[in-house]
Amino acid sequence: MEPAPASPPDYAKRHRLSTRLWHWLNALLLYVLFTSGLGIFNAHPRLYWGQFGANFDTPWLVLDRFPGWITLPALYNLAMSRHWHLTAAPIFAFALLAYMLWSLGNRHVARDLAFNRAELAPRQIWRDIIDHARLRFPTGTAALRYNVLQKGSYVAVIFILLPLIILTGLTMSPGMNAAWPWLVDLFGGRQSARTIHFLTAFALAAFFVVHIAMVLLAGPFNEVRSMVTGWYRVPKERA
Amino acid sequence: MSIIITRRALVLGAAATLAGCDRLASNATIRRALFSAENFHQWAQRSLMARNAMAREFHPDQISPIFRANGTANPNTPEYKALWRGGFADWRLRVTGLVDRPLSLSLAQFHAMPHREQITRHDCVEGWSAIGKWRGVPLSLILNAARMRDTARYIVLRCADDMGGGKAYYESIDMVDAFHPQTILAFALNDRPLSVANGAPLRLRVERQLGYKQAKYLMAIEAVNSLSQIGRGKGGFWEDHAGYDWYAGI
Repeated sequence: MEPAPASPPDYAKRHRLSTRLWHWLNALLLYVLFTSGLGIFNAHPRLYWGQFGANFDTPWLVLDRFPGWITLPALYNLAMSRHWHLTAAPIFAFALLAYMLWSLGNRHVARDLAFNRAELAPRQIWRDIIDHARLRFPTGTAALRYNVLQKGSYVAVIFILLPLIILTGLTMSPGMNAAWPWLVDLFGGRQSARTIHFLTAFALAAFFVVHIAMVLLAGPFNEVRSMVTGWYRVPKERA
Repeated sequence: MSIIITRRALVLGAAATLAGCDRLASNATIRRALFSAENFHQWAQRSLMARNAMAREFHPDQISPIFRANGTANPNTPEYKALWRGGFADWRLRVTGLVDRPLSLSLAQFHAMPHREQITRHDCVEGWSAIGKWRGVPLSLILNAARMRDTARYIVLRCADDMGGGKAYYESIDMVDAFHPQTILAFALNDRPLSVANGAPLRLRVERQLGYKQAKYLMAIEAVNSLSQIGRGKGGFWEDHAGYDWYAGI
């Protein structure tokens, strides 16, 4: 986002090319990863904590198989789900790494995502929550900045959830566990890591639902255009 | 602008997109690309790990109370039943292929050879894990005793279980894993002789790969230069018939 001038323009360049490219690549890859991941989960729809866990051990969660409309492929096929998942996963991981480095380099993180002291004041956070709950979206120059809730959710997704799902995903590989045994130890064992991988996937799915809801409420055409072309029509100040 | 999205529309949209993915997967080029991700993972993992990087070994108090058996629970062929009734006294492991000294080894000979004991975690491709204590003979000892030739690139493990239509289970590994210190031909699990469900009398443990590589009911091992002439040429029963990755370290 560019620094906003005193009187807001009608249109502003809102998203950089790197953000737009990464956003749409990610949308595609996360869709493939989530649906193929559910296909893999269907092979053993139980979750455990600890180092081991199989049919004779006590799961903390037992589910039915996810239905075909949300799995890739639609008909249960563990090998194909794994091919989709393992093809998309490295592209997704390296794209995240590249985007992180690029966003640090071009100061996207420092300028747009880092919190400033004023917005972290409890009163300000509370006001943002109230505005958010009332669906009072910012207008004028304020619409060109992320508010504290947006920053919080983007930072949590980019720097916590996405790295977490990649690292727990790596520990599903016995080869990686021989290469980096400390990683699976960090998560408390392979079955704990599998559980965290699953929970993180659903945290990302929850983010997706809220994200889409916000886009629809804030004006889907303008929001989608800004993520495709970069240009955003700045909402007029309230009278 | 108002957009009304019903659950039905969402479900149909998701299903349509996924059906598109399914159609993509039937395209030969896409299919090849999806199947070749295995090569990247194998290259990446082998680059990251030392050749003899060890799989984690656990303490006795971390062993699974029951070690789940999977796949064939009992080969049940007349030949296998006869061997089982005789306490596997007549069973032999044949070591053939690109070796200067083919071998035929009895269970007693395995018991007399140097052992390795390891408490490791078995990770099934389906997602579950079980920890067990294995005892067996390092595969490297057998291959050296058989004087394997330099031209051999893979070890094929042939099993007694008939997977239907006369097709026996088989698996294969390359020399990196064949000569790994934790790669053993195991005859005991949790201090007892292997049960039939767990692969009696002898099974492979190759600890940096998934469960389907851990071939049970071993009858022969064969040193070969290429996998293309064996089965359907993909290096293993599930690789041939279900499209599993040959490199099962992923």
